[in-house]
Amino acid sequence: MAGKHHLGEPVVVVEGVEKAFGSFVVLKDVSLTVRRGETVCIIGPSGSGKSTLLRCINALTPISKGSITVAGRQVADPALDKLSLRRDVGIVFQQYNLFPHKTALQNVMMAPLHVLKQDKAEVEERARKLLARVGLGHKHDAYPGELSGGQQQRVAIARSLAMNPKVMLFDEVTAALDPETKKEVLVTIQDLATDGMTCILVTHEMGFAREVADQVYFTDGGVIVEHAAPAAFFGAPREARTRAFLDQVL
Amino acid sequence: MRGASDLPVLLPFRAPAAIGPAGLAAPVLLGGATLACFAILFGASLAIAQVTARPAGESAVTVLLRWAPLIFQGFLFNILISFLAMALGTIVGLLVGIAQVSLVAPVRTAAWGLTQFFRNAPWLVLLFYAMFLLPFEFRVLGLTIAFPAWVKAIIGLALPVAANVSEIVRGGIRSIPSGQWESAEALAFTRRQTMWMIILPQAFKRMIPPWMNLYAILTMATTLISVVGIQDGLTITRAALVAESRPELMIPMYLMLLLLFFAYCYPIARATLVLERRFNVKA
Repeated sequence: MAGKHHLGEPVVVVEGVEKAFGSFVVLKDVSLTVRRGETVCIIGPSGSGKSTLLRCINALTPISKGSITVAGRQVADPALDKLSLRRDVGIVFQQYNLFPHKTALQNVMMAPLHVLKQDKAEVEERARKLLARVGLGHKHDAYPGELSGGQQQRVAIARSLAMNPKVMLFDEVTAALDPETKKEVLVTIQDLATDGMTCILVTHEMGFAREVADQVYFTDGGVIVEHAAPAAFFGAPREARTRAFLDQVL
Repeated sequence: MRGASDLPVLLPFRAPAAIGPAGLAAPVLLGGATLACFAILFGASLAIAQVTARPAGESAVTVLLRWAPLIFQGFLFNILISFLAMALGTIVGLLVGIAQVSLVAPVRTAAWGLTQFFRNAPWLVLLFYAMFLLPFEFRVLGLTIAFPAWVKAIIGLALPVAANVSEIVRGGIRSIPSGQWESAEALAFTRRQTMWMIILPQAFKRMIPPWMNLYAILTMATTLISVVGIQDGLTITRAALVAESRPELMIPMYLMLLLLFFAYCYPIARATLVLERRFNVKA
């Protein structure tokens, strides 16, 4: 699938980012560029700083050094309008984090309605379309507690899409799901990627990375060990550390 | 190995047997039994009062019936005070409770200090403060607004209520998983929006049982206002005893008042328990 998009302008540019919690360094000199329409997978062992990197991109976690630019905006700028950044960056979490007191439809509608102050009828129409797009057109009125993990995760994806983000971040979104429901979520993300959404995924799904990603980054110990197109990455990894990891998981 | 395990985690879970009758009938039966006990005690105390009365005057029942409407009126006044003190305490307590989780450290610390101070102070002492430190009238723009004793009593009782509500609110907010804050933040909700639209609606459900419990406690504590000279149920009962000067009537008279409070507070306590159980299962 690599090369299916003509390369757009960079949407996310990470340069020399360092992040430390106290004396514990989570990210060391991390740089990556994601262009418009690209799908980027970040893989690596647990604790290698993958999730922290995602959280830095939408300013949920402040960085210690370096710079992150999202759609021309400096994320580390103290004067940054965080709300406007977050309108452009959607994030989906491993634990779905849907609002349990709202129905699926209300979950999708809340942010455009109350944050973007858009017209209710319009928002509702779009929310219905988004739920249909993630295959949940029949579950509008279900509460999160009545949905399976995979369905909740797809509602969470629709909820992020409702803000019309320029880039979507997925933080191990299938890690808590069983193989069957995992698949329905991955198909949903693949559809998004095919439609040209810029996606950054932290994932352990090697098959998905190989098939859908335009670029694969391998991180270990807070640094990017290797970065390549999926065919090269999985076919002929350059670094010994990557080979060892791939031997373990494939 | 199968079935022979002595590891507790592998054994089938058996819920401990409930004390007393189980099922839906249990609360009704228990409540009925308690009420019956009260009734028997009440009847017995009346009979004893009748027998020991000397010189034998009016029957104890006649005297009781004469005072019952007045005592009931006083009791209704207790209920009214409890409503108003609870309303005031809840509004103030909600705001202080939210301030307790504020991101602004001085606000948080002040709210915490206020809460701890009023939560750990004797209710009667706070009531005395309110009665004797608040003026009996206000002058605003040449207008004199009277500040009667019962209003001061409401404020005095609302102080500890507010402090307790504040703790209930803080606990309720803290009990909501951090993922809810995070996803709201990622969707560009402001902190205030997140609090009022996402966190509090979920937390309210968990706050209701302790809040009802607090209300029952407040209702019983309203009799404290008789100490500062307000005509509540207890004051009237005491006045009736003085007027009749029949010491043998003391037990049935006070028991009547107790019964009124019990009949009001017990259903609240039951409902609290039922709600607690239901919310526990769902969580």
